[in-house]
Amino acid sequence: MAFEIDAKDIHYRQVNELIREAIDQGAREIVLKNVNGQRYLAAGISSEVKIDVYGTPGLDLGAFMRGPNIVVHGNTQDGAGNTMDEGKIVVHGMAGDVVGYAMRGGKIHVASDVGYRVGIHMKAYMDKVPVIIIGGKAGDFLGEYMAGGMIVLLGINSRYEHRPLAGLFLGTGMHGGVIYLRGEIPSYHLGKGLSLEPINKEDEAILEGYLVDYCQDFGLDLQEIIDEKFFKIRPQTHRPYGKLYAY
Amino acid sequence: MDIFIPNKEISGCGLSGIINRQGELVKGELIIESICCQMERGNGLGAGFAAYGIYPEFQEHYCLHIMADSKKALKEVEELLNHHCYMAHQEEIPTRPTPGISSAPRFRRYFVKPRYEGEVRDLCEGTPDEDDYMVNLVMHINTHIDGAYVISSGRNMGAFKGVGFPDQIANFFRLEEYSAYIWTAHNRFPTNTPGWWGGAHPFTILDWSIVHNGEISSYGTNRRYLEMFGYHCTLLTDTEVVAYLLDLLIRRHRLPMEVACTALAPPFWSEIDLMPEPEKTLYTSVRAVYGAAMLNGPFAILFAYNGGLVGLNDRVKLRPLVTAKKGEFYYMASEEAAIRAICPDPDEVWCPKAGEPVIIEMEPNTIPNQRSYLHGQIFDLSTPICRFPAEEEEE
Repeated sequence: MAFEIDAKDIHYRQVNELIREAIDQGAREIVLKNVNGQRYLAAGISSEVKIDVYGTPGLDLGAFMRGPNIVVHGNTQDGAGNTMDEGKIVVHGMAGDVVGYAMRGGKIHVASDVGYRVGIHMKAYMDKVPVIIIGGKAGDFLGEYMAGGMIVLLGINSRYEHRPLAGLFLGTGMHGGVIYLRGEIPSYHLGKGLSLEPINKEDEAILEGYLVDYCQDFGLDLQEIIDEKFFKIRPQTHRPYGKLYAY
Repeated sequence: MDIFIPNKEISGCGLSGIINRQGELVKGELIIESICCQMERGNGLGAGFAAYGIYPEFQEHYCLHIMADSKKALKEVEELLNHHCYMAHQEEIPTRPTPGISSAPRFRRYFVKPRYEGEVRDLCEGTPDEDDYMVNLVMHINTHIDGAYVISSGRNMGAFKGVGFPDQIANFFRLEEYSAYIWTAHNRFPTNTPGWWGGAHPFTILDWSIVHNGEISSYGTNRRYLEMFGYHCTLLTDTEVVAYLLDLLIRRHRLPMEVACTALAPPFWSEIDLMPEPEKTLYTSVRAVYGAAMLNGPFAILFAYNGGLVGLNDRVKLRPLVTAKKGEFYYMASEEAAIRAICPDPDEVWCPKAGEPVIIEMEPNTIPNQRSYLHGQIFDLSTPICRFPAEEEEE
């Protein structure tokens, strides 16, 4: 049975203490009710616990965490999944700016739109490949300074009818990893030193593997999503600024 | 008065604002609850509130909120006001002893109208405009009377601010006793400038008030530019320039609100290069004429006036801003939680784009001395603008 915590008017320190106590007592499922703005929820927790969040969690949800499976039944604020290592964050709404900042592993699935600088400084190593899948649209600087991992931008569920799929300065400073776009963007949105091309069979297989899981989280039809034309963005070199200062 | 220099370099002020488009009054408790939901965004070195519609009994008078170090400074202000204004009423601003609030200056408010007689014209340089007269008077007090500062100077509105956390400042000024149709609030985490009573937000001139999260790197340029037009910065904090820029660009130069916002947070030249005419010329002109009014650096600001509330981000969105709507109520804050704390089920929640002004004006003829800076038509600009009322509502 799920362990329930009422977070109403409780400071984040106390909520996090209650979460850790519950885990110590063997809870595998925790439900957080009446969350509103508490920062750092589940930060640094190394445990494969499921945490359902009702309300609007505050900044840096799941920062540094290694293992938890967090489901947010609403929107999240900025910095969700900051430097997270393993586990998953599923957001049944919008997510704010800098989602997955310096993310090292695990998955973030967002049903709708995300803000600015999402996936900034993401990195990968060996079998640790962080993945962010966004159902809506993204603001400027998506995947800025990205060093590894994967971002998938679908644009199927957005409240911003008139905004482009991705904002300006897309992938600026990117030197590793890959960004997949479902649909096209104006070429001037793309950062310097990047290549934009249609996906191949290999990409299709990789994408499908991740999108199956995404579709399960939100009850979506996989076929409908992959029937559209996808593009991928990769850096032309892993050292784009190698010659900027040394010449 | 004491000036606290912060020893931490962490930036994270909190903002919150509420407006009702039909002029319905909102109790002080609500804005207090909203800003206190963002307690971690401040560090106790500053908090403040602006409230509109709080002095209906003197709605035709400019209300000067004066902060003073000493009785002497206050006396000098009073002598000046007696000489240059008709005064309908004056009183101490009610406060109560509050744990954690120490060394508070004196606060008094004066309800005045310009006096156009005899030698007084010398001070106001003969301007027939009451607003310009009041601006000159405020600048005179701030620059000439040692230890006295005008905290707000608009009609039917007032600013309340000081050193403390927002709950402490609200308690100190008894803000739960006020109701307003527009509220803004600030929770301060000073980084580059001192934490002192005058440096807390909001900053104001006439009925303009502004709260700000971020830093204005262009402060020096903006300040020198404003000095050419008679505005003098005396409050030791970057945000002060924004209040005066709003007054200069929007009230005095009569730029439509949308255009003024693009002067503060203009599109990149690379974006302007791609624009069709006549927009390209418009933006090029705005950047050329108002280059010194551009705000550089990260910011999210909320500013208000008698009749409107506007939210604006810097052009690469380096500070957060969330907007929500519930019926005729509009909310803006640094964090969504601050809105949901007082409006759990909004009709809509959205995040404005970088440089996209969110302009919420009241319906026409809702409040006394109402101002509108939309000038009727929507400018057909390719930069995003969110405004209420939209064009058709104005017919």
